[in-house]
Amino acid sequence: MTDYKNLKLIATSSPHIREKTNTTTIMRDVCIALLPALAIAVWNWGVRPLILTVVSVVACVGFEWLYRKAMKKTNTVGDMSAVVTGILLAFVCPVYLPYWMIVVGAFFAIVVAKQLYGGIGKNFVNPALIGRAALLGCYASAMTTWAAPMVKAPLGSTVDAATAATPMAIMKSGDFAALTSTYSLADMFIGRIGGSIGEVSAVMLLLGGAYLVARKVINWHTPAAYILTVAVVTFIFPKGNDPLQWMLYNVLGGGLMLGAIFMATDYATSPVTKKGQLIFGLGCGLLTVMIRYFGSYPEGVCYSILVMNCTTWLIDKYVKPQRFGVSKKEAAK
Amino acid sequence: MNFKKQLKEGLITQNPVLVQLLGMCSVLAISTSVSNGLGMGISVLIILTCSNVAISALKKFIPSEVRIACYIVVIAGFVTCVDLLLQAFLPSIAKSLGVFIPLIVVNCIILGRAEGFSSKNSVAASAVDGICQGIGYTLVLLVLCTFRELLGSGTLLGIQVMPASYTPALMVVLPVGGFLSLGLLIAVMQYFLNKSKEKNSKKEAEQA
Repeated sequence: MTDYKNLKLIATSSPHIREKTNTTTIMRDVCIALLPALAIAVWNWGVRPLILTVVSVVACVGFEWLYRKAMKKTNTVGDMSAVVTGILLAFVCPVYLPYWMIVVGAFFAIVVAKQLYGGIGKNFVNPALIGRAALLGCYASAMTTWAAPMVKAPLGSTVDAATAATPMAIMKSGDFAALTSTYSLADMFIGRIGGSIGEVSAVMLLLGGAYLVARKVINWHTPAAYILTVAVVTFIFPKGNDPLQWMLYNVLGGGLMLGAIFMATDYATSPVTKKGQLIFGLGCGLLTVMIRYFGSYPEGVCYSILVMNCTTWLIDKYVKPQRFGVSKKEAAK
Repeated sequence: MNFKKQLKEGLITQNPVLVQLLGMCSVLAISTSVSNGLGMGISVLIILTCSNVAISALKKFIPSEVRIACYIVVIAGFVTCVDLLLQAFLPSIAKSLGVFIPLIVVNCIILGRAEGFSSKNSVAASAVDGICQGIGYTLVLLVLCTFRELLGSGTLLGIQVMPASYTPALMVVLPVGGFLSLGLLIAVMQYFLNKSKEKNSKKEAEQA
């Protein structure tokens, strides 16, 4: 028999079932997912990319702490979002970038793009991409000097270091045959190509993406829509005789994997609904191909995501889930 | 007439660029080098003072229905004078400022002061207002120009001041840098204005 007299009724408001997931665990998962790509960078170029990443992370966390401290706001360093921004910023920069420049990029990423708008969750564009865009605007030559693959990068001055064109740059020059002879498809897949620190290895980025989807940190909708759009459009409009080969080089080259899996899925700057995320990915994909085909830059992932970030409010406004208990006709009213 | 109060308004509390947010277009466009800023600032200062005096003197004769057109005619006259003088005596500055000198005609600061101040106040007060607002505009322009030229080209008035190892941040002299640095300057200004407002209201509360 239950002792009703001594039974305590504990009244709490919903929700009653709680997850242990919070910002810190999500950000930790993203960091773990990014590690394989970093390992490939170290295998490719030695210790320099690792140091650059550490400098970027320290600078991002430092700026975040300093700003919150200076503005007398609650400190959000513990949520690890600045760590993720730092890693991503380093991942979209070339290996030979001077260390102090990435600190400038970290300033733009954390202070200008994130904290001035109110900190985590309130920024409307991806901080790491703003950091990259600012660096490209400030130091165009340093941001377009790419390290040759499988060459240990010097830790200090890189004036005499070996450089190479990225697959995207070769593609832009119009010499597709030169691209296929320089880098095989296997090179593109594993990451033995020129490019920024984190973007070279499609397989490691896909591995990280699979981990994030399995841990339910991200939905598959945005990356799938993004990559598929690029694949379909490049397959239909190839420049060359072999549409399949052209499509594969377009999908594996450049920052597409990194952007689609880790940047376009940023919570604060992408749509909330799954339908909205599909539209977001489609838009990113179309813009990327447009910039690659018609723009003056060889690669368009960074700007296409930034442009689509600015449309997120619009997508969220028009792609709403149906309210429960309301028929379609009523909802339309 | 309170010269001190007007100067404070022109420089800080009613600063044409940072508080009234007038005349931003020219500020964004020409603030890439200090020599540009000086030329533009002084031109605006002279035109603003002259047009303020003229409009204040003419205020009884200008019918209110067509006042804007009349103001524009007066301002355009002074702008033409300054434009021709610059072309005659400082051709290099006239060349680098280009279309922005003729565009002073439609600069909101000058029209705004004509409509808001000199059409209601005495000639002397309007002259002082023109000088104070002009100084406020010039100072902001100079701060912005110094910042952008120093970081974006590593020079000041065309002379190399940053060490040779400094890599100029090209973006700062591009239009993007103009918007960013002006925005930051306005933010800093608003921060300090709000702080002093808080201080004042606290003082008043203590006194009451």
